[in-house]
Amino acid sequence: MTDNNELIRLSAARLAEKLAAGEVTSVEVTQAYLDRIAAVDGGERGVNAFLHVNAEEALAVAAEVDAIRAAGGAEAESLHVLAGVPIAVKDLIVTVGQPTTAGSKILEGWHSPYDATVVERLRAAKMPILGKTNLDEFAMGSSTEHSAYGPTRNPWDLDRIPGGSGGGSAAAVAAFEAPLALGTDTGGSIRQPGAVTGTVGVKPTYGSVSRYGAIAMASSLDQIGPVSRTVLDSALLHDVIGGHDPRDSTSLPDPLADLVAAAKTGNVEGMRIGIIKELHGEGYQAGVENRFNDALELLKEAGAEIVEVSCPNFQYALGAYYLIMPSEASSNLAKFDGVRYGLRVLPEDGPMTIERVMGATRAAGFGDEVKRRIILGTYALSAGYYDAYYGSAQKVRTLVQRDFDAAFTVADVLISPTAPTTAFRLGEKLDDPLAMYLNDVATIPANLAGVPGLSLPGGLADEDGLPVGIQLLAPAREDARLYRVGAVLESLLEAKWGGPLLAQAPELGELVEAKEAK
Amino acid sequence: MAAINRDDVAHLARLAHIEMSAQELDRMAGELAVIVDSVKSVSQAAGDDVPATSHPIPLNNVFREDVVGHTFTAEQALSGAPDSDENRFKVPAILDEA
Repeated sequence: MTDNNELIRLSAARLAEKLAAGEVTSVEVTQAYLDRIAAVDGGERGVNAFLHVNAEEALAVAAEVDAIRAAGGAEAESLHVLAGVPIAVKDLIVTVGQPTTAGSKILEGWHSPYDATVVERLRAAKMPILGKTNLDEFAMGSSTEHSAYGPTRNPWDLDRIPGGSGGGSAAAVAAFEAPLALGTDTGGSIRQPGAVTGTVGVKPTYGSVSRYGAIAMASSLDQIGPVSRTVLDSALLHDVIGGHDPRDSTSLPDPLADLVAAAKTGNVEGMRIGIIKELHGEGYQAGVENRFNDALELLKEAGAEIVEVSCPNFQYALGAYYLIMPSEASSNLAKFDGVRYGLRVLPEDGPMTIERVMGATRAAGFGDEVKRRIILGTYALSAGYYDAYYGSAQKVRTLVQRDFDAAFTVADVLISPTAPTTAFRLGEKLDDPLAMYLNDVATIPANLAGVPGLSLPGGLADEDGLPVGIQLLAPAREDARLYRVGAVLESLLEAKWGGPLLAQAPELGELVEAKEAK
Repeated sequence: MAAINRDDVAHLARLAHIEMSAQELDRMAGELAVIVDSVKSVSQAAGDDVPATSHPIPLNNVFREDVVGHTFTAEQALSGAPDSDENRFKVPAILDEA
């Protein structure tokens, strides 16, 4: 048996090989991760990536996979390649048998009567679900500080944010509490946490992974996707969750491309990789810019042709996003009213009408950031302002799409830093919502246009030693290109570093103790 | 475009069914004014000839066969309800008569 400390550091692909070869059992792997969660996640000083740990069910699924493998025969042969490999699920995605909170008090203790399609697919692949991960309330935030259940801490520095909204999923994977996780990305909530925690995150083409069972924030922007430590691992998970779902009317009918093959046969020779003029330089931290330039150099050496493209309308993307997203969210969150599920709060005095119960319930159940966005969205949609705000923002969406279309006539893939800075300190931007919003400036255009994006570790910034993310963008339905280029860049960078970036992360045990001693 | 003020926020909060204290209204008005100001350039970005995009990848007329699919039992549907009675969601008075 492999030492547990080694086991939890293996990639999902490597774990899958060892499981298939009978070198380790799924129960051993799952227990090793549960032990790791118990050691580093809890208490004041822990990572706090998990809101719920699903030990019993995870071990039962693991035991089932082990029994099938031990019995051999057709059933063992037909097991999915990731069977027995554990996974964590962002708590915005509904699950039977575990609570789903969306990081909000308004859903505290609520259990969904149905599984999200992606969860059904994890179950069909027999992947043990370790638990549900922390997030900014209803996925609204870039730091996971807006969770009603306390912030998640960045495993690279426990005083810093792990990004958001999917900080829990990214931190869990970075802290070796899970080999894989599911995230959701509306404006960067998979990619930006990936960037600041030194992990990989992919936002697939809009509609290529079912949203059924993902609690909606902004329906025309939301997308579920994989979170992992390697590009190949994301491709393997993407393959499990992707493909058409009749229960999501925006689900694309197209068959899924062979993403795993793309990750395995990466080759950039002769590929045209476009630097987006507007998504680097001014406003980007020097260390981020340096690692971005290193990545370009490596790709050039590997035979790629680097071209420069301009996307002039990206300057309006952040503004358009902060009109469209709250507008859709204000409508989507109207259902949390204390009638059918979740919290109900009665007014302290005065007449006991349903209107007043709703007002009191939503006042007590929603946090500040959610209230801000609901009010902003209600404003943008109100009579007299609709054309100027929501209508104009939808036109900008067209302009951003046109910019992408033009860029993809001269480049096969686009590249930029994923986020303008490395992880900021907990609390640093809490009183300045606009400063937090700016962290999504490079990730938002992909959501507006529906194109896929991947973030992978690009190294550590010189000035603070924290991870920097490199973002790749491809045309809609061309997710395979992200894996192809991502896998090449990853292998070139790891050759330079002498191993994965996460091997340079501080030992969490030591960090946690040092923090306690303060 | 007009700036957003405290009265606007109070009106919007009523529309959105969120009770807010006087203090909360003041703070929210200040924060929203900054955000609205930062997004106003959006209204000048596109000319009249630019069509709006509501969904990034258009799919039209997504139909399914008209057959009954999965349905929840009343018990399942009510399982998360704060209050229920006789297989129905129970709420306080809907009109101001209580």
